Amino acid sequence: MLQTLPATIQLGLLYALMSLGVYITFRILNFPDLTVDGSFTTGGGIAAIMIIQGYNPWLALVGAFFGGLLAGLCTGLLHTKGKINGLLSGILMMIALHSINNRIMGTPNISLFRIETIFPSTSELKAHPHLVWVVFVCVALGVLVIKLLLDLFLHTDIGLALRATGDNDRMIRSFGANTDVTKIIGISLSNGLVALSGGLVAQSSGYADVYMGVGMIVIGLASVIIGEAIFGTRNVFFATMAAALGSVVYRIIVDLALRVRWLEASDLKMITAFIVIVALIVPAAQKSWRSSNTARKRALELNAEQNAAGGERHA
Amino acid sequence: MLEMRNVTKLFFPGTLDEKVALVDINLHLNAGDFVTIIGSNGAGKSTLMNIISGGLRPETGTVTINGTEVQSLSEHKRSEWIGRVFQDPMAGTAPNMTIEENLAIAYARGKSRGLRFGVTHRKRVFFREQLSLLGIGLENRLRAKVGQLSGGERQALSLLMATFTKPQILLLDEHTAALDPNRAELITRMTEKLVRELRLTTLMVTHNMEQAIRLGNRLIMMDRGRIILDFNEEEKKELTIEKLLQEFEKISGHKLSDDKMVFG
Ligand SMILES: Nc1ncnc2c1ncn2[C@@H]1O[C@H](COP(=O)(O)OP(=O)(O)OP(=O)(O)O)[C@@H](O)[C@H]1O
Ligand SMILES: [Mg+2]
Repeated sequence: MLQTLPATIQLGLLYALMSLGVYITFRILNFPDLTVDGSFTTGGGIAAIMIIQGYNPWLALVGAFFGGLLAGLCTGLLHTKGKINGLLSGILMMIALHSINNRIMGTPNISLFRIETIFPSTSELKAHPHLVWVVFVCVALGVLVIKLLLDLFLHTDIGLALRATGDNDRMIRSFGANTDVTKIIGISLSNGLVALSGGLVAQSSGYADVYMGVGMIVIGLASVIIGEAIFGTRNVFFATMAAALGSVVYRIIVDLALRVRWLEASDLKMITAFIVIVALIVPAAQKSWRSSNTARKRALELNAEQNAAGGERHA
Repeated sequence: MLEMRNVTKLFFPGTLDEKVALVDINLHLNAGDFVTIIGSNGAGKSTLMNIISGGLRPETGTVTINGTEVQSLSEHKRSEWIGRVFQDPMAGTAPNMTIEENLAIAYARGKSRGLRFGVTHRKRVFFREQLSLLGIGLENRLRAKVGQLSGGERQALSLLMATFTKPQILLLDEHTAALDPNRAELITRMTEKLVRELRLTTLMVTHNMEQAIRLGNRLIMMDRGRIILDFNEEEKKELTIEKLLQEFEKISGHKLSDDKMVFG
């Protein structure tokens, strides 16, 4: 467990960009965007095919990001200009992307074995063991920089308009922002980050597969929710930190779950769904329990006051 | 300043549920006019506001602001000229964002939104100064989330956000109706002050007849989608609630029916 912990954390950090993307749609724009299942693969597929064709692996990440941006743009257009419900727009794009991803990749899976990626190869790692830590630190810093850039963006005039769109769209329209545009920007950016994450995961694991994105939205939701439960959402800085670190915690939980003997790798999706269900139910239940509790306390107080006043009158 | 010509608005046209919300409305406002609007439930007051703001499109007719025809412009484009406060205190602000962020959003009205910081030091100084004019202590709570404010505080903030960029037209649709009498009075006083100081051309729907007579320089009464009475400044000075009710019955042929109407 302890030996694999850094690797687990690193994987969580690679997926953190995906959960930042999910945070943008799910928490800021207030709808779970299912495009993610498709765009994660799009990112992985684009990165893999570009690398295979001899492009620089960093350029492949840029390609992945723009591929995701484009996928998000389509979902955004369907949702705003086509006036299709957000959930359905996402599902439609997810299905369409499945075919598109097949076209991009040409085959159901691409191996990057013995091909140079941004990560050092196994032989390089054998020669220089300390590289493991260099990579770890670089990944952590990279994710931190992207998180901070996102924070900055969310505090610009466009960023404020984007946040207000999910919070109160009527209000922001009355102050002159085009909510169609802000939604499209948000969904595009979200899927861009998701695809970038896909590109990174493909390079780190050494392959891309048309099914690599299946269930990704639920994992993203689980990460965001777990992160919020642990780190809170006082402001944008904490909310994005929660989304990013939630992804790391999620990977650790999965790692632990897989060590339980009677659980199998294929049970992972069920466990993830279970985490999301628990995370959604518990806060709501807590809230209603707390409010009914305060209500009861208040009622008892009032009764006591009433009795005291009545007692005085009798005396 | 604001000109409406032959504006008609139908809901569900051609069906059994057809509702005629506005019929051939003609209205001309001069710059600096402060017009109060009263009328029974369903008279078309909110529809009139929504047609001006762009929330609804008229079936026929034109709306002109400062010489520009706007009836086919979208709501967000018109907002450059129009400030609004809604009846619902929740409607005018973003609850999960801070007071200063809400103000920054309002500050960007009519400007193009780019990648500059929404809240800067310079703007914060300005926001604090503006908030202190409200006199309810919001200037010390710039970083508080708006969701934590009371209805009255929110409505005061909405009013400031709608006005401090000096829009050409201010639309107030029963913006004190959801508040208790004390708060409502406070917001009314703020409204009066802001409108006077910024010389805003204002349309204000109210259900308080006394207020409608006291405030502004013109009073309009609507009924069944029409403007049935229009008092100018001189006529308004002579007006009393009794006279207003009498006139209404004479012209409309029925009694003023409004569950929300306040007569005193
Ligand atoms: N979105 C809508 N869809 C269908 N009918 C509507 C809609 N909005 C308003 N109406 C109808 O148009 C008419 C005018 O409504 P409006 O809301 O303008 O009245 P109002 O004068 O603001 O009334 P109130 O004093 O109750 O606010 C009413 O008959 C109403 O039922
Ligand atoms: Mg109304």
